[in-house]
Amino acid sequence: MNYLQAFITGGILCAIGQFLIDKTKLTPARILVTYVVAGVFLHLFGIYQPIVDWGGAGATVPLTGFGYSLAKGVEKAVAEQGFIGIFTGGLTATAGGIAAVILFAVVASILTKPKEK
Amino acid sequence: MRMNPADYKAYADSFSPPSKLWRNMLFAFVIGGGICVLGELLLTLFSTLGFEKDECATLNCISLIFLSALLTAFHLYDNIAKHAGAGTLVPITGFANAVVAPAIEFRPEGMVLGVGAKIFSIAGPVITYGIIASILAGLCYYLGGLL
Repeated sequence: MNYLQAFITGGILCAIGQFLIDKTKLTPARILVTYVVAGVFLHLFGIYQPIVDWGGAGATVPLTGFGYSLAKGVEKAVAEQGFIGIFTGGLTATAGGIAAVILFAVVASILTKPKEK
Repeated sequence: MRMNPADYKAYADSFSPPSKLWRNMLFAFVIGGGICVLGELLLTLFSTLGFEKDECATLNCISLIFLSALLTAFHLYDNIAKHAGAGTLVPITGFANAVVAPAIEFRPEGMVLGVGAKIFSIAGPVITYGIIASILAGLCYYLGGLL
């Protein structure tokens, strides 16, 4: 059942993205930015947590989930450290993903050749 | 007949079947949903291995980024993306692809201004506005806590 819920939640979030690509002038980069910022505010307003509780990875894997992590991290840091947490919380919670993506990108650029045009 | 790009698009669109949007959305739904199911499988795997819930989420994120980097390096991710559209863009794998693909493409321009700089051509805006939003959210949590 968990898998079906993840499939439905993730599927809907991606279908919305496709709708935005086809029906508006939003470029892929703008869609990614919109999704992350939306994830932050949806968590701030208490809307995203129920979606994560129901959809699991279906809600955390799309980029709204990245925004959700940022907001959740900052919420936790502010609760624990007060004012300084406003600055440290977001990146602390997402550090693993950002570090991984930079590492793999640099390794990939060294090990592979650009595609012949 | 001369046309500006916007007029041309409207003209061209008038010949494409109206079902194209639904077809694209279905592909995005199935492939994006599939990537999330893979994420759910990985979450189950890590939790079986005894990791805490937060650790599972981070490991899941790192694993999906690794898989995406691997597929991008073999030029396979773009082939899937051609059919999946937002289905491969919106998940974290799409973000990883947007970082790894320019790293590979701009390697000939050098490690610093090629790889190092171009890595952030799409990730930069995402991280920048994500952090600004998280600071605003943090300010709200902080002020909310003072009340």
